[in-house]
Amino acid sequence: MSDSEAVALEGVSKRYGAAEVVREVDLRLGAGESLALLGHNGAGKTTLIKVMLGLTRPSAGDVRICGRHPWERGFSALRARIGYLPENVVFHDTMTGRELLTFYARLKGRSVAVVPELLERVGLGAAMDRRVRAYSKGMRQRLGLAQALLGEPVLLLLDEPTTGLDPVLKRQFYELVAERQRQGTSVLLSSHALSEVEARTDRIAIMRRGRLVACGTLVELRRAAGCPTRIRVRAAPSAVEELMTTAAGVGEARLVAPGSVEFACRNGTKMDLLRRVSALGELVEDIEIVPPSLEDIYDRFSEEAAPQ
Amino acid sequence: MKAILILADKEIRDGLRNRWVLGTILSFAGLALSLAFLGSAPVGSTRAGELAVAVAGLSSLTVYLMPLIALMLAFDALVGEFERGTMLLLLSYPVTRWQVVLGKFLGHIAILAVAVLVGYGSAGLLLAWSGGWDVEGAGSYLAMMASSVLLGGVFLALGYLVSVLARERSAAAGWALGLWLFAVVLYDLALLGLLVAGGDALGAGQFVALLLASPTDAYRILNLIGDRAVAAVAGLAGAAARAGIGGLAPVAAMLGWLLVPLLLTLVILQRRDL
Repeated sequence: MSDSEAVALEGVSKRYGAAEVVREVDLRLGAGESLALLGHNGAGKTTLIKVMLGLTRPSAGDVRICGRHPWERGFSALRARIGYLPENVVFHDTMTGRELLTFYARLKGRSVAVVPELLERVGLGAAMDRRVRAYSKGMRQRLGLAQALLGEPVLLLLDEPTTGLDPVLKRQFYELVAERQRQGTSVLLSSHALSEVEARTDRIAIMRRGRLVACGTLVELRRAAGCPTRIRVRAAPSAVEELMTTAAGVGEARLVAPGSVEFACRNGTKMDLLRRVSALGELVEDIEIVPPSLEDIYDRFSEEAAPQ
Repeated sequence: MKAILILADKEIRDGLRNRWVLGTILSFAGLALSLAFLGSAPVGSTRAGELAVAVAGLSSLTVYLMPLIALMLAFDALVGEFERGTMLLLLSYPVTRWQVVLGKFLGHIAILAVAVLVGYGSAGLLLAWSGGWDVEGAGSYLAMMASSVLLGGVFLALGYLVSVLARERSAAAGWALGLWLFAVVLYDLALLGLLVAGGDALGAGQFVALLLASPTDAYRILNLIGDRAVAAVAGLAGAAARAGIGGLAPVAAMLGWLLVPLLLTLVILQRRDL
């Protein structure tokens, strides 16, 4: 376990009373790496982030953030280099954006001179002297990001950072995070939609009921999920029977509409099926190939019914 | 230490922003001025100085007002931040939990101290200027101001304890109100009842111990009996002589009432799992 690793969790479990919210999670985040933590509400994402911040102590397992235990004496000082954006961030809303960020900058031991510039960068330049009470959801979230970005963090922990933001704001938000990432900050962000974090992080980890059920690049997850590619074939209604027999044994066939059959192909049977179907010649009117969507892959891991 | 000061500074700014500081100063000043100038009328010019009269009057009202103001400042301090969700972000900063509590305490007690200094101080200066000046009276007036801040500190600490124990803000508000009622009214009523019913069964020593066990009574002793001139005005000179309470015991009692709840708050907060 090297000191350069931003996050290293080993067998981490967390129990609140009888409820085991996090179970034996192993997770690593290298320096400068980015990871998306996915899972339904209640999957344990927020608890895991709290464990990393030392806000709650794990019931079992080992936690190291930049090589140090969060419960260690002096970890508090390291927090000056960690940026955290809680889920549904709340501020003292009688303060103005500038007052709030000044307060947080001082707490992190940073010069307050960076405050206006930082607010400008997240697009709150014009609103910095308005009270936070009057801020919209998007503005609050950007203020939240601004406080997380204070003091050149080595690690950013963003808990469902883009919930409730419109697509344009989402994109802007991720651009700001990406900019920080290019400067070498490790980023861990949680979300409940795979489509949202696609291509935004190096790796993706999926949690279900406190357990880490998958972790890897999107390509790796796609392979591991083994979701079927769906092939929809439209043929003359009279030819449907022939179509079904031709493809028998290759993929599960299902009649979705009169004259329209859907095949679910797993593990490289796709080309075989396509060859057989095209051999039917003019009986086939149309072929549509639907690769597993991100949601299919995500559901595969996160659904209750999914295999262990 | 720096984090504590930053947190204290924030509480003071909050107090200024939401007019808490202004309101407290005005209520203390109004109380002190009206007592100083209306209160001296029926007494006329007694042998006791006007400042001593003011101490007797003011301290018997402060004993109700100060705990109420301090509890109102403190009951929300922790549970409010937990309930709104601002505590989570704050604790993710390079701040320890005890720094959060001490920072709030420092900020709140500064607000109370300024209110006492400005409110009671201005009335005291006016009294002294209008001819009521005497060295002994000035001394007990200053002691009254200092002990009023200490009384505020006691109820701030008790308020934080309520705030760290309560699960919701509304529950904390209820507990704070109940605590105030008990500490400033019910306890003394019970003590009085005990005296009436028990009569001689209660020794003077035990009675004094029961008085010192209450921070508000310790404050009364300090200001009404502790000083001979004031005791004369308050009609408690005999009691003071009999009890023979020194100035240190009530101060120690009040410090205890400040430190123990504050420590308990720190310990409970430290153990809280977020």
